Amino acid sequence: MGYTLVFGDLLPYWPVLLHGLIFTIVLTIVSTVAGVALGTAGASARAFGPKWLDWVVGAYVEIIRNTPFIVQLFFIFFGLPAAGVKLSETVAAFLAMTINLGAYSTEIIRAGIQAVPKGHIEAGESLAMSRMQILRYVVLKQAFQKIYPALSSQIVIVMLGSAVVSQISAEDLTYAANYIQSRNFRAFEVYLVVTLLYLLLAISLRAVLRGIGRWSFPKA
Amino acid sequence: MKPASLAIRAAFFGIAALMAATSARADALDDIMKAKVLKVAVPQDFAPFGSAGPDLKPVGYDIDMANLIGKELGVKVEIIAVTSANRIPYLQTKKAHLVISSLGKNPEREKVIDFSNAYAPFFSGVYGTKEIAVGKTDDLAGKTLGATRGAIEEQEISKAAPSSTTVKRYEDNNATISAFISGQVDLIATGNVVAAVIAEKSKARPPVLKFVMKESPCYIGLNKDEPKLLAKVNEIIAKAKSSGELNKISQKWLKADLPANL
Repeated sequence: MGYTLVFGDLLPYWPVLLHGLIFTIVLTIVSTVAGVALGTAGASARAFGPKWLDWVVGAYVEIIRNTPFIVQLFFIFFGLPAAGVKLSETVAAFLAMTINLGAYSTEIIRAGIQAVPKGHIEAGESLAMSRMQILRYVVLKQAFQKIYPALSSQIVIVMLGSAVVSQISAEDLTYAANYIQSRNFRAFEVYLVVTLLYLLLAISLRAVLRGIGRWSFPKA
Repeated sequence: MKPASLAIRAAFFGIAALMAATSARADALDDIMKAKVLKVAVPQDFAPFGSAGPDLKPVGYDIDMANLIGKELGVKVEIIAVTSANRIPYLQTKKAHLVISSLGKNPEREKVIDFSNAYAPFFSGVYGTKEIAVGKTDDLAGKTLGATRGAIEEQEISKAAPSSTTVKRYEDNNATISAFISGQVDLIATGNVVAAVIAEKSKARPPVLKFVMKESPCYIGLNKDEPKLLAKVNEIIAKAKSSGELNKISQKWLKADLPANL
């Protein structure tokens, strides 16, 4: 028995899809910026900070990298209220994604920092550059150049993983798909369209990241 | 080709095609009796209709109903655990022959599936914390309400609530229950039996009935165009009602007799 595709049933719900798409894009952009910032801080702390800080950041990294994202999300949204911290699902989604990307990018950026030759740091010191200046112009600039492809991949992975926030009723693209499906029962059409939208999002995100890479590191 | 012989050939092929079409379409009842297996989709997150027992197998009103039907047909019953969100897609893609999942009847669902006669009582309402002041649908203006996506209460409240109400839709009943107990939402639209479960688990923050939305008995869901299966299921339900078998199930799980008007 065949199945006839009826895409017309989706048309009245295009505002729902658009809202979900915009939410996912905004969620990705904000968590990426915050997550990479967190990762940079974490990596710098691990590479150049005191031993106890290395241990604390290391614990954070290991916990986040070795547990499922959905469990982290549920802990923040359903678990924290028991400790008195009640967050809305949007804030919980941003927080979970930032913390998650922060852990992975800490390790990725730290690998880049370790690949910067010690001689460069010493050269900076001999030129009387401050620690902050060395960190920013000598170490991080080179570190990012080296690990940029790995970081971009991780950002795209976290963007695709954002689909999970629909489970706490954050109104992203997957939530929009589930909502439309529960109204017109056109599961095949809805999920086909949303799959293509995610594909488009991932391709666009990679292109944007590639562009940023070319603008930031012109000689590479 | 002579017009008369062309017409005769066309008529011949037309009749042959029609016969092939009707003979090729077998009712699901025949498939069930031939394979000796009845596949039933039941809830895994909706006590007392269906929830995971201590051995993680589903137990509940709906599972007892499925086993009753299987016994009457003389076939083995395969229990498939589903959620409110995916139970109708499971039926549509023929992963299950029947959906016995405290299913309510409404016009949108009637467009895509068929319903048997009622087999269990059920009413849905808006519940909330003791402090929140809500007495009817209009009082929901500006408030936040939680509901399970795809459930009948969620569909009804989405239609009836004022436009300033925020409806938070969770993917299954457990998430909705967690949201209420953890304080993420102060109001939920759900069924009377779910509220009873919450009241038992959350003694510090019990859900208080604010108003009844709908008296909505439960029906068994079937795919469209299966008249033989539908007739047989209705026959089994009627027999269970008159023999008192259905009342026994109602007493066991809902601690109450079947209402007379079911």
